Amino acid sequence: MMARALPWILVTPGLAAIAIFLLLPLGATVATTFDLSDPFGSYAAFFADDFARGVLIRTMRIALIVTVIAIVLGLPAAAYIARCRASWRSVLIVCAVFPLLTGTVVRSFAWIAILGRNGIVNEALVGIGLISEPLTLLYTEFAIISGLVYLFTPLMILSLVGVLENIDRDLMAASRSLGATPVATFFQVTLPLAVPGLIVGSVLVFTGSFTAYTTPLLLGGQRNTVLATFLYREAMVNFDWAAAGTIAVIMMVATVAIVLAMGRLARRLNPEAG
Amino acid sequence: MHADQKSNPLLAAAALAVFVFLQAPLLIIAAAAFSDTTFLAFPPRGFTWDWFANIFEVSAFRRTFWLSLQLAFLATTISLMLGIPAAYAMRKYGVRLPGFLSTVFVLPILVPEIVFGFSMLQWLAADLRWPVFPTLLIAHSLIILPYSVRVVSASLATFDFAAQEAAVSLGCPPARAFFAVVLPNIRAGILAAFILAFITSLNNVPVSLFLIGPGVSTLPIQMLTYVENFFDPTVAALSVLLMLFTVVVMIVVERTLGIGYFVR
Repeated sequence: MMARALPWILVTPGLAAIAIFLLLPLGATVATTFDLSDPFGSYAAFFADDFARGVLIRTMRIALIVTVIAIVLGLPAAAYIARCRASWRSVLIVCAVFPLLTGTVVRSFAWIAILGRNGIVNEALVGIGLISEPLTLLYTEFAIISGLVYLFTPLMILSLVGVLENIDRDLMAASRSLGATPVATFFQVTLPLAVPGLIVGSVLVFTGSFTAYTTPLLLGGQRNTVLATFLYREAMVNFDWAAAGTIAVIMMVATVAIVLAMGRLARRLNPEAG
Repeated sequence: MHADQKSNPLLAAAALAVFVFLQAPLLIIAAAAFSDTTFLAFPPRGFTWDWFANIFEVSAFRRTFWLSLQLAFLATTISLMLGIPAAYAMRKYGVRLPGFLSTVFVLPILVPEIVFGFSMLQWLAADLRWPVFPTLLIAHSLIILPYSVRVVSASLATFDFAAQEAAVSLGCPPARAFFAVVLPNIRAGILAAFILAFITSLNNVPVSLFLIGPGVSTLPIQMLTYVENFFDPTVAALSVLLMLFTVVVMIVVERTLGIGYFVR
């Protein structure tokens, strides 16, 4: 019967595209990392290598720090948007969205103008006489973190605005009228209710930072390799596709694990969001 | 509204600082584009349009910009042709389709782009020896497919399918009812999906990185290559042009959907 098959006919082209051009190539990449004589040899080699382990740890550390800073910056910005008047609110949302629509290359490149030798930070510090020689800010882990925080804070803000807006204002008013300070109200009423948005935002920021390529390339330089730049170098400079595949699988597994773990955490903290 | 909710000066100051932080780097790069120096400097020294002129003199920028536009346009069209029917089926016949389908359609976002780019290189470019452009096109279509499905799906959520059924019961063929009743009602959603997908494709680095070939590159990759070799403000000038493009896009989104669209 035609009518029964129709829904499937409509979703099949998209599903087929995902199966053939996403799942199949990924499966093939995963398969190349397992050697029959020594199934987990490439993974053992990765974890035995000090440099590779260092890259993995650096990447995780950066992603974690970026996520925490994005929360600290995103919460007040989102809370303010959620409670201000409609006209002003759309101006602020434009301010949050505009960087998102501007490319990663442009946004990372801007930080070269800020942190470079002739950048604004060094010019200012030399100008007021605090230092005599420009500091090395660019091509450091600090530069990568700055660039990634800049990249992903808008995503955190947008993830939070929705949930914060939906919190019933009477709850906060009730908390205040019962004698709670604004700070106590924030931590005991607002924050727990904002958890679903915090988790969505954190997943986006963490996985984004964990897999970012352009920003670490432009701002980290040669010495601050992260998994993404490591993968590219192994594949396209050293032509070691087996090693690149191993990094790819490790990145994929870590990303999926984080998404699943955060999803579980979200359900535990907020069963209704399930 | 209660006074204490409306204005907490501390909160306002913190929020203001964050918004300054979000805009300042873009303003800085815009100013640096006019610097009369052969290196990137802020505050800018002197004033010149030379770096803007230089964009058009570097033929690689012209070529890759044109290729990026074609790629983004075609990839977006393909993603909508796959995404609109899928979103429609899931909204209208959701009960007859398994629940995991919506998850399957966001998979391309969940897979790290750098990983996807590498596996496309191994599969299509190396194993199957596909030419550069079709490989890039398929890869871009896939990474933007989730945007098409989700945005179109969101606009279908507010569409009343009874209107379509009314048309059919009045004798309109179902396929025609889709094009005459459903599509016009979700055109704002389709436009938004088009814009988001187009921009995502236009800005993509990690996937394109592995798939470019001799003489075929995209604009963001060309910008990266340029930055690696030259320190002058040409890329800052190009960034200004891309920001102007973003402004135009935001005006279109505001006119068609309202900016609140980005928050849900």
